[in-house]
Order: sequence, then C-alpha cells, then structure tokens
Amino acid sequence: MPKFKLRVPGFLKGMLIVFLNLFKKNVTVNYPFEKEKVTPRARGVIALDEEACTSCMLCARQCPDWCIYIEGHKELQPPSRPGGRERSRPVLDRFDIDYALCMYCGICVEVCPFDALFWSPDYEYSEYKMTNLLHDKEKLNEWLNTVPETQPLES
Amino acid sequence: MSFGLELIIKIATVAAIAPAMALALTIIEIKGSAYMQRRPGPLHVGLRGFIFPIAEVIKFIQKEDIIPTKADKSVFKMAPAYIFISVFGLFVVIPASPTLIVRDLELGVFYFLAISSLSTIGVLTAGWSSANKYSMMGGLRAAGQLIAYELPLILAVIGVVIQAETMSLVGIVEAQKELGLPFIIAGQGVAFLIFMVAATAEMMRVPFDMPIGESELVSGFLTEYSGIRFLLFYISEYINLFVMCAIASTLFLGGYHIPFLPEEWVNFYGPVVLISKTFALASVLILIRWSFPRFREDQLQNIAWKILIPVSLVNILVTAVMKVVL
Repeated sequence: MPKFKLRVPGFLKGMLIVFLNLFKKNVTVNYPFEKEKVTPRARGVIALDEEACTSCMLCARQCPDWCIYIEGHKELQPPSRPGGRERSRPVLDRFDIDYALCMYCGICVEVCPFDALFWSPDYEYSEYKMTNLLHDKEKLNEWLNTVPETQPLES
Repeated sequence: MSFGLELIIKIATVAAIAPAMALALTIIEIKGSAYMQRRPGPLHVGLRGFIFPIAEVIKFIQKEDIIPTKADKSVFKMAPAYIFISVFGLFVVIPASPTLIVRDLELGVFYFLAISSLSTIGVLTAGWSSANKYSMMGGLRAAGQLIAYELPLILAVIGVVIQAETMSLVGIVEAQKELGLPFIIAGQGVAFLIFMVAATAEMMRVPFDMPIGESELVSGFLTEYSGIRFLLFYISEYINLFVMCAIASTLFLGGYHIPFLPEEWVNFYGPVVLISKTFALASVLILIRWSFPRFREDQLQNIAWKILIPVSLVNILVTAVMKVVL
C-alpha cells in the first residue's frame, strides 16, 4: 500500500515563507543611528604606527596602485659612548595614503618588516571631495587607536 | 430630509471614505511589504513612517503636470478621470448595513459589473493618447487583460446571484444571513477563488501586472503621466483594491453580517465588520503581490480562457442544478 503523502502546492509554500518572514527580526541596520558591528579583522582603513616606521619604502614599492607617498631624511645621532661613531637615524617627514586610489589589498600591511602598518575596522571616513581622501601621517596615527587587539589564531 | 441634502451627505461621506481607505491600504502595503522583506520600510516621515502616504500625496500634488507635446491633449487629460469615476462609482452599491448604503439598487451586481468595466476605456485612452510606444503597448495589453478577466468575474458572480435569487447586494447579504453560512462555505468556494483571481487581474496587481511591467514597458500606460494625474491613477488603484475586496466580502463572506451580534445594532458594527473583512482580504492580496513573480502574457490569457472561464461555467451549472434539486 503506497504511503499517503500530503502534497501542498508550491505557491502556498512560497506564500507561507513570505508570511512567516513578517514576524522575523529585521536584518537591515538603520545606519546613521545604529552602527553595524564589524568583525575585528575587517579591512576598514590602514593605520600607521609612526614610531615604528623607518621609511624603508617597502610598502610604497609594493603598493599596486602607488597610493603611498613617503618622504624622509637621515639625521645624525650623537654617539652613545663618548668617542664613538655618530649614527644616522631615519626621520619620517611625510607618509600619505591616498584612499581614493587604495584598493585595500593589504599588501603594505603584510610587507612591512617593522609592524608599522595595521588594519583597522573603522570605515567612517568618507569625504565630499576626492582630494580630501589623501590622509597624512598624523591622521593615520590617530587611526592606530581604533586597531583592535590581535585575535588569537584559530586551531 | 430633502433629496439634495441627502445627496450632499452621501457624496461627502464617500469622498471622505474612499481616499482614507486608499491611504490605509497604502500604509498596509508599504509597511507590510517592508516587514515581509525584513526591512523597516519608511521610518522618518513622522510616527515611524506611518504617515508616509500623506507625504507622498502632497509630493505628487506639488509636482509639475507634464503633458507630452505630441499627446492627444484632451484625451490625455481625461483618461485618469475615467478610471477614477469607474472605481468611485462602485461605492454606490457597497452595503455597510441594510440602511447604510448610498443606494440599494435592485440590480446592484449588474451595476457593479457594468461600472467596473468602464476602467478599460480609461486605460486604453491613457495608453493611446500618450504618443509613446511603451504606453501604447501597455494600454493594449491592459485592454486585452481586462476584457479577458471580466468574463470570469461576471460568471463567478452569476453563481452567487443564482444561489441568492437576487441581484441586490443587501439582498445577497440577507440571503447569507438566512442561510446561516457565508456563501464561501455554502457552495460558492470555487466562485470565490475565481472572483479573487479575476479581481486581482482587473486591478492589474502583481502577479497580473503585465500592462505596467516595468522591466519591458517603462511603466505601461502610466509612463507619460506625472504629478496629480499620476496620483489619480495611483489612488484609484488602491480604491479599486478596497472596493473589489469589499464587494468580494459582501458577496462571499457575509458582508456586514456577523453571527451572534444583536440585529438592532447593525448600523454601528456593520461598517467595522465590513472594513475588517475587506482589509483581511486585501492583506491576502498584498501577501500574494509580494510573493510571486509576474505572469507572462500567454500564461495570463491561458489562465483566463482555458481555466477560469470553463470552471466558472461548470460552477454556474452545478449551482443551478443544486438550486433546482434542493
């Protein structure tokens, strides 16, 4: 004896799904008034640790868009011991990232040998003019405060 | 009460109720569709967006009324009026109680079917006079669809008329009261389904919105309309939704009558009962609108001519036979 199976027409099932969605919570976020919770590893903006940068130019050379501009000079440091040799120290004059050009590939963050560049999940830095998206090193240093703690590695 | 005063009161009542119902249905449609798609919908226009339709009406009144240079101007200007008249005239026969009705016509059902088919003229003239290929295609599609779906609408109602033995809408409700059951349970369930499908097609709502299908025709016969004329089309669409659902609930769901309530108080609870039944039906139509994609033109005609009309003819046959036998 074949087992009796109740067959509901497909369009009724579809209507039921739509009807049940009526009572579910909204998935959208009312943006300017409430903010989305971004994951800590989100690629929002690139922050710069000014102290750690040695203006080695590796990031600027690896950048596919050439959106990093670095200028620096060397200063002579007094010798650490009397009679020693004078050492030179790199000083960062300019570190600009043009976010109008940046494509958020993250190569600069990966390539930095001194851990001076970080990803920050902050995303609210839109501007009315495209030229205003060129941010200097002071601004990039401010974003360092928004960089979250390093997440523990998975597995 | 003199005839003139009575007429003024009736016209004022209908003129107040019709746009109010259209606004209420627009709110239900906009917020309901938003919640069905799990988004908040309009939020910023006062009262969490619930007065959004009023703002929309004001916006449309402010806008410029553009008439294309090559349009047939007088016909173009008159086209919204035909549609508005055809939906507005239907309020005459909707009974909110045995006495709360503009005019209990002896041939109420006939009047309703005749007046509702006037909108075909409005749609066709709107499409033709716009001097626009999209408008013209939309108007012709609309005419084809409205003519095709008028037949099942009429044939579905004939079953009810046979069972109730009257064409007056109050008489039909009284017949359901005597029977003790609404006609949707007592014999006319199939007719109800046919009526709702045909009414949806008459209203040109999704899934039967081939004439204003925005993906191929820009907006069908509405393409060239703007400002207050577009507003008339838009409002009459929702008034039509209200009227069709009100007539469906009168014919099939018992109208203003609800069991176990005192008969003397029908003038007070009658309108509330009728409007709640109407809004329940309209909510189902809104649910259908936001669930399904649009029918293709040939599918649409096939449903009308190959399914709905034969089934409704069989329905008339069965109803007549049962009427004689029982």
